[in-house]
Amino acid sequence: MENSNNSTNTTNTAAATTTTKKKSKLCEICNVSRPVLKRPKTGEMICKECFYTVFEDEIHHTIVSNNLFKRGDRVAIGASGGKDSTVLAEIMTLLNKKYDYGLDLFLLSIDEGITGYRDDSLETVKRNQEQYQIPLKILSYKELYNWTMDDIVKEIGLKGNCTFCGVFRRQALDRGAVMLKANKIVTGHNADDIAETVLMNLLRGDIPRLQRCVNIITGSEGALPRSKPFKYTYQKEIVMYAYFKKLDYFSTECIYAPNAYRGHARDFLKDLEAVRPSIIIDIIHSAENFHFREENKMPVQRNCIQCGYICSNDICMACDLLKNLNSGLAKVKLSINLKRGKDSNNNNNNNNNNNNSNNNNNTLKLESTSVTN
Amino acid sequence: MKVKIELSGGLELLFDKKKVHEIEFADKNEIPLKDLILYMRDNLLKERSELFVVDDTVRPGILVLINDADWELFGGISYNVEDKDTIIFISTLHGG
Repeated sequence: MENSNNSTNTTNTAAATTTTKKKSKLCEICNVSRPVLKRPKTGEMICKECFYTVFEDEIHHTIVSNNLFKRGDRVAIGASGGKDSTVLAEIMTLLNKKYDYGLDLFLLSIDEGITGYRDDSLETVKRNQEQYQIPLKILSYKELYNWTMDDIVKEIGLKGNCTFCGVFRRQALDRGAVMLKANKIVTGHNADDIAETVLMNLLRGDIPRLQRCVNIITGSEGALPRSKPFKYTYQKEIVMYAYFKKLDYFSTECIYAPNAYRGHARDFLKDLEAVRPSIIIDIIHSAENFHFREENKMPVQRNCIQCGYICSNDICMACDLLKNLNSGLAKVKLSINLKRGKDSNNNNNNNNNNNNSNNNNNTLKLESTSVTN
Repeated sequence: MKVKIELSGGLELLFDKKKVHEIEFADKNEIPLKDLILYMRDNLLKERSELFVVDDTVRPGILVLINDADWELFGGISYNVEDKDTIIFISTLHGG
């Protein structure tokens, strides 16, 4: 047998390791199977089954210790067909069953209207719906705002388009969740995403965002609370979980993304991770312990005078952005009617779906009821 | 020696959209992983090599699996690839 660089002496234990070319260690948790992963968080080398267990248990622990849900919650899972949301749908379904959370789960997908990117990933979400037997709702920017991202980029170019998309998507998720009569939203943001956001906000000096970005539950009075069960879950482990469990997801970069500022933070973070894998979770823990001076006033939450959505100014960002977009066009009128009801779950809102498909005269009617928790 | 390479997470787009590649080296029975990826860059990659190889190693953000296990278990880029190994490259650098 060839001897490569193996200079250590191996003892003659009966079980496994002898002088083979590869040092065969066993899983550090169960000591039975061969390891398939080295955990970035801890450096532990563990086998497939133990990996599933620690992965799932940690997320369960995150959910429970942060009181993310209670029995009877109707939870909309933000689903894009990508790696995070596919694993999120799998995990939520699995944990809901295994630990009897008692949740009603829904898949909510937003179609930004980006040709060649979103159309394909939506196919994946439809497959997810069948696999997990969860109801699916797809909502498009076109039907909500009468603009697709392709249109927006044609209009304003490649600078600032991500801002539009982010603002529109957040609102779209809320609107979609309300249509599903959900009272909570979950998204697949993972530890890498959050660490990137911390870096990004630091680099740009965005204090208000820096304060909010490590909260596991976000959303204020009146807006649906949205939480991130994957807050402490490494992207690498999400991908490995999907790989080993053969979960089918769609993976392409948004065609407009290469210009996004986040790319700088991401590259930096990846380089850091190569040197010290625990850095991702370290950044999150640091950010959780930031102290901010009192002078940083948090804006007062009000309601947009145009559509009623929660915001800190007279009109919300989406309406503001739309106003700018629409002023470039001659005769498109966008009016959003809002019916704000104090009564939550009366059955007068079955007509929501009918209203939303009525786009003939370019007016958009949305029924929205305030949801009590 | 023969090596099987699999690409996913969008990486295949850089390699002529082919997800599976079989490489044969007639004159070797093992090859350092670093040399293998440089070989891939120089012979199989069709465009944008910086999306695959950076500083003589795999671009950070691309996961590498050797025979279905994390390459970190085998010393990462310093692993010596052997006959009949399967190396899988999964990019994580895209939306989730």
